[in-house]
Amino acid sequence: MNKKDLLREEIIRRSGVNPKKCMKCGKCSGTCPAYEEMEFHPHQFASMIDSGDIEPLIASESVYKCLSCFACVERCPRGVEPAKLIEAVRLSVIREKGANRMTANDVPAMVDEETPQQLLVSAFRKYTK
Amino acid sequence: MKMSYFPGCTLKNKAKDLDEYARKSAEVLGITLEEIENWQCCGGVFTTSKDEIATKLSSVRALMDAKSKEQPLVSVCSACHNVIKQTNHAMRNDSEFADKVNRYMSENEPYNGETEVLHYLEMLRDKVGFDSLKEKVVNPLKGKKIGAYYGCLLLRPNSVMAMDDPENPTIMEELIKAIGATPVVYGMRNECCGGYVSVESPELAKKKSDAVVANAKAQGADMIITACPLCRYNLIKNGADIPVVYFTELLAQALGVKEAENE
Ligand code: SF4
Ligand code: SF4
Repeated sequence: MNKKDLLREEIIRRSGVNPKKCMKCGKCSGTCPAYEEMEFHPHQFASMIDSGDIEPLIASESVYKCLSCFACVERCPRGVEPAKLIEAVRLSVIREKGANRMTANDVPAMVDEETPQQLLVSAFRKYTK
Repeated sequence: MKMSYFPGCTLKNKAKDLDEYARKSAEVLGITLEEIENWQCCGGVFTTSKDEIATKLSSVRALMDAKSKEQPLVSVCSACHNVIKQTNHAMRNDSEFADKVNRYMSENEPYNGETEVLHYLEMLRDKVGFDSLKEKVVNPLKGKKIGAYYGCLLLRPNSVMAMDDPENPTIMEELIKAIGATPVVYGMRNECCGGYVSVESPELAKKKSDAVVANAKAQGADMIITACPLCRYNLIKNGADIPVVYFTELLAQALGVKEAENE
């Protein structure tokens, strides 16, 4: 297996998603609240992962723009669960050595008097390994 | 009736009101919430990836604790509930994941998702009943027009959360009616406020939360209630010009346990 296929396998196994089920209706992207901020949209994650075109996704800021709101999962008529694919790609990025998006040093600048702990723990879960 | 209770880190810090009012109101309704001993933070986000094990162990520990007491496990924070419920679902349905977790935990008896996981709202609806709740109301909140804000975490993914109709939920509206106020239904109530990116992309978070508040107001709400500390923070920080409060605060007010505590 070449590197491209290995990466595809890895993302599919980790996410538990079968991107082949996607019928390219675009409903996920239509409902996505982060649509305008994303270079690649949820339906593109499904099709690009299926075709093994994953490097551009890895290099894109889109993995950090996803709000993990699960609207795309809920509203996909084919049960594809695009949010899980996006998360699997994000993990491929932040699991690399030194690739954490956020460190403890960033925290003081993030918080104000009212910041709930939930925001900090969630940010660490999403951006840091 | 006794139930196990997972408060979570936000309710122990910034959202103390959410916690206090929840416990006191439960007492009035005949339920004692017993805090799990030495609970650990749920982590705020359920990582859907199948190869993430360690980040889910704190939830498994809480679930096992509740199982040993043969009690349901209740939480109030939308995020804790989401993480714990999804972890429980994985323990019940993903045998490979459950096997790895059980080997690691090496308890005598494996855990296979036996515990009943309840959000506080479900406890009100399914264990107390909104009709009985209504009978306990001493201070009905007449005249208040309240928009329930569900956000994402309570309802999605519905295949796991199964709390309500994910596109047309009613549980919070029923609560609003039971405490004597008028629910305001608005389209954005189950759309995302952008809370997770309030640090990463503040403009996006603002756009999303403005849309929620504007829609609630346009439909006539003079107040928004939520179960999620992050939603509340995000809506207020981005300039909501109607009050955004925890549902437990209104519940405590209606049940007459809020004033008592301020005296
Ligand atoms: S909604 Fe589902 S089927 Fe439609 S494009 Fe998105 S992933 Fe594919
Ligand atoms: S989970 Fe991410 S990709 Fe899916 S609709 Fe929400 S923001 Fe968009």
